[in-house]
Amino acid sequence: MKALRWVFGTLGEVLITFGLLVLLFVSWQLWWTDVTANREQAVTILDLERDFGHSDRPKAADPLATLSKVPFGQAFAIVRIPRLGAEYARPVLEGSDHDTLTKGIGHYPGTAMPAQVGNFAVSGHRTTYGRPLHNIDKLKKGDIIVVETKASYIVYAVDRDLIVDPYRVEVIAPVPEKPGATATQAWMTLTSCHPKFSARERYVVFAKLVRSIPRANGLPASFMAVPARAA
Amino acid sequence: MYGPLWRLLPGPWPVKALLSLVLVAGVVAVCFLWLFPAIAPLMPFNDNSIRTGP
Repeated sequence: MKALRWVFGTLGEVLITFGLLVLLFVSWQLWWTDVTANREQAVTILDLERDFGHSDRPKAADPLATLSKVPFGQAFAIVRIPRLGAEYARPVLEGSDHDTLTKGIGHYPGTAMPAQVGNFAVSGHRTTYGRPLHNIDKLKKGDIIVVETKASYIVYAVDRDLIVDPYRVEVIAPVPEKPGATATQAWMTLTSCHPKFSARERYVVFAKLVRSIPRANGLPASFMAVPARAA
Repeated sequence: MYGPLWRLLPGPWPVKALLSLVLVAGVVAVCFLWLFPAIAPLMPFNDNSIRTGP
């Protein structure tokens, strides 16, 4: 009888401990990953801005040609979206695996680079890990997305959005949603989780290149104007 | 499980309580810094990307 009580007592304690650990995991995932990822991504932005700032002199080589060989995991661009706030700035890194996406927005390897003809496709967290694309559903047609690289400011305008299941690879095809078609325009595709706190579907936003401005010319302030909140 | 642990801790009860808090903080730190980051990629809700195959 005493042995039985000991067995059940210990079992209860183990189960309670496991429950507490699960709660601890949830708080880590929902809160702590945001704290650390936001800090890390802000540092990456500062590093990129410092790096970009030193490249005012025009490069001899084609900057886009060098961009196509970014090593996996390296940050190479800053995304700014006025609709998501005047201060909104997130790093873009090469790669779209779990580890890369904790460090910022990830570029799908093999898809076009910014401003190139084809589809510059990126992925970002909707929740947790700094949630760079938390408000992706707030983007509306015509909203400006600025991709800042070492050589230029590349301005895209949102065209449309879509909610798909996670296996619809055609959204990151060179011509979005038309796999096999030959690209003649430069697109940008952003993908993120949908609904929030779930991975059941993907929220997808397609944006079209407006123009590419050499860094030396500066970015016209009009592109960074925060749009008025639509009713 | 916790009973024997409490008896194992040295000193009067305030010391035991303090030591317990230190132990709890240690467990939380190990979880936050190593355990959780290691198991997070295995969680089904942590995937944002479009991928091939079902």
